[in-house]
Amino acid sequence: MSGALPETGRLSENIAHFARALRRAGLPVGPGRVADAIRAVAAVGFTEREDFYWTLHAVFVSRPEQRMIFHQCFRLYWRDPQFLEHMMSFMLPSLKGVQEDRRAEAAEKRAAQALLGDSRPEPPPLPPGLEEDAPQIEMDATATQSAEERLKTLDFEQMSVEEIAEAKRMIARLSLPVQPLTSRRMKPAGQGQRIDPRATIRAALRQGGEVMELRLQRRRIRWPNLVVICDISGSMSQYSRMVLHFLHAVMHQRGSGWARVHGFTFGTRLTNITRHLRARDVDAALAQAGAEAQDWSGGTRIGASLAAFNRDWSRRVLGQGAVVLLITDGLDRDDAGMLSKEIERLHLSCRRLIWLNPLLRWEGFAPKAAGIRAMLPHVDSFRAGHSVASLAALGQVISSPGDGGEKARLMRLMVDNTA
Amino acid sequence: MTVLPGSIDAVEALLEGQGYVGSRALATVVFLGLKLGKPLFLEGEAGVGKTEIAKVLAAGLGRKLIRLQCHEGLDAAAAVSEWNFAAQMIAIRAGEAAGRAGVFSEEFLIERPLLAAMRPQPGGAPVLLIDELDRADEPFEAFLLEALSDFQVTIPELGTIKAPEPPIVILTSNRTREVHDALKRRCLYHWVDYPAFDRELAILKSRVPEASAALTREVVAFVQALRGADLFKRPGVAETIDWAKCLLALDVIALSPEVIADTLGAILKYQDDIQKLNGLEATKILNEVKKALA
Repeated sequence: MSGALPETGRLSENIAHFARALRRAGLPVGPGRVADAIRAVAAVGFTEREDFYWTLHAVFVSRPEQRMIFHQCFRLYWRDPQFLEHMMSFMLPSLKGVQEDRRAEAAEKRAAQALLGDSRPEPPPLPPGLEEDAPQIEMDATATQSAEERLKTLDFEQMSVEEIAEAKRMIARLSLPVQPLTSRRMKPAGQGQRIDPRATIRAALRQGGEVMELRLQRRRIRWPNLVVICDISGSMSQYSRMVLHFLHAVMHQRGSGWARVHGFTFGTRLTNITRHLRARDVDAALAQAGAEAQDWSGGTRIGASLAAFNRDWSRRVLGQGAVVLLITDGLDRDDAGMLSKEIERLHLSCRRLIWLNPLLRWEGFAPKAAGIRAMLPHVDSFRAGHSVASLAALGQVISSPGDGGEKARLMRLMVDNTA
Repeated sequence: MTVLPGSIDAVEALLEGQGYVGSRALATVVFLGLKLGKPLFLEGEAGVGKTEIAKVLAAGLGRKLIRLQCHEGLDAAAAVSEWNFAAQMIAIRAGEAAGRAGVFSEEFLIERPLLAAMRPQPGGAPVLLIDELDRADEPFEAFLLEALSDFQVTIPELGTIKAPEPPIVILTSNRTREVHDALKRRCLYHWVDYPAFDRELAILKSRVPEASAALTREVVAFVQALRGADLFKRPGVAETIDWAKCLLALDVIALSPEVIADTLGAILKYQDDIQKLNGLEATKILNEVKKALA
């Protein structure tokens, strides 16, 4: 929709500044959208605050996660008087009776940083009558971290050149047991199964309308998506780094790789680290992922984490026939009933569920732990490792032949044990 | 030809006239889409009324509704147009068609929804509903970009066909996949959320007017309480309406644990959720609801 922008003077400038603030807060707002916003406001008029809010919202927001950031930016920028009052009260905490502890809302940190920049405004002078040695309070709208979980961010060592080379070799040898999917799209093929009528007639026109040959087509194949759910609790701590390295390598694999790779970590809660693993540099990616997940080397709650995944993420990432790779040792703190229900639901939602257990030796191993017994019947393929300390060994273990891995043998052992 | 509504209030009046109770935010987005000629991208959970708004808009403006249901593998042949190959072969054989222009002409063209939306319609530009876009794959999204930016489609053998008046385009998505930003950029985005108590009450009153006021309040309060519970799939507005109609068919005056146990399948569609709600849990929620309403 092209056309001259309406001249609305100061308002257009303000909208452009507001768009700049949104951009700094993380929303992808380009100049095209700013022009759209000005036209939209001109179309709606500038009478009701609520209408103005929803007009800008319709143009600038394109994902549900952005709504909160937009909300905070809008309040800060278009001067909601009550909000400023609260911000002022942060600066004068020693006044009696003023303070109710106001928890910073989500996205406020980003919005505040975007609009106020890096300079911190001077706190106003203390009213007379208060002590001179009252503490200097800086205005900082940082959202408080949750104190109830044990927070521990993991510090990764730098990857050496040998390790990176080793990782690439391992990935080259890797073959997860999954088939490519046939899609519903067709492509021309010499030995296809179906006739391509359009191409046949176009070819026939060259012979003056006589159909001399039949052009054929076949279905295209596509690769499924991969979702990796990785245990980072205490019992898996020495393998976390290696597994994340593996995940990063899988994500950036060239050639016949996966369509989309999503990564999740869990210990006491589930964290989505897909965005961080997209960084090309391994160190940067792992550093970001290590900072984002906050339950490293803690306890294990597989059932609760899988329940969170099923509820919040399964419908969004398992849509087009995805393969799920679950990397855990199966030792769980929760009860086995919830775990077996949740893993059954996960199994029903995805195309293929592969369980990778890098800790167990498989000679003479019989599944006795309740968590393992609950999970084993619901996976399609089970791979256990010897004492794995390197990516190469892990890759070898995964590439070993046999579609179901060790599952059939272990199921027999499990039945024998209960009998 | 109906005139397009001239303000947000006029849009609200139009929607209410058709029995659709939407939020002010939705009315703003619809007004902007109509005024600026941009497509609407509505995203939200299943059963919140995204498809319904297109039908209501078409009925309210007196335009034809053209619906394109997306599925995996949807391509140009099924979305834009296809050639009637059998007729072409016969025409070639019978010698009626001479050369290229003859056999690739409009009379052998089968129109599909996207092309039909570009044709002039009596009564004004049609409403084009592209439903569940997240089920189609990325190549189709790339294909849609041309259609949505310039409102024209290209058929290789014929040429470009441009719409004389841009159609009113509404895209919906259930978010089983992230739709590419290039497509969202060309649209006005709106996330359709579950309604609050008052709005859902108004929706139910307008859709199921025969139900008594007391029953309607109980039904809405119960469903609102359910949405706060830890369920796999929270019930949407469509489920509320279905449940009210079921209760009406069973001549129920007020909710009771037995009635809820019998009709739970109308609001919850997953066995795990139904089992979680059976018996004590449902009774507890019902008692809280009745206490709050009293």
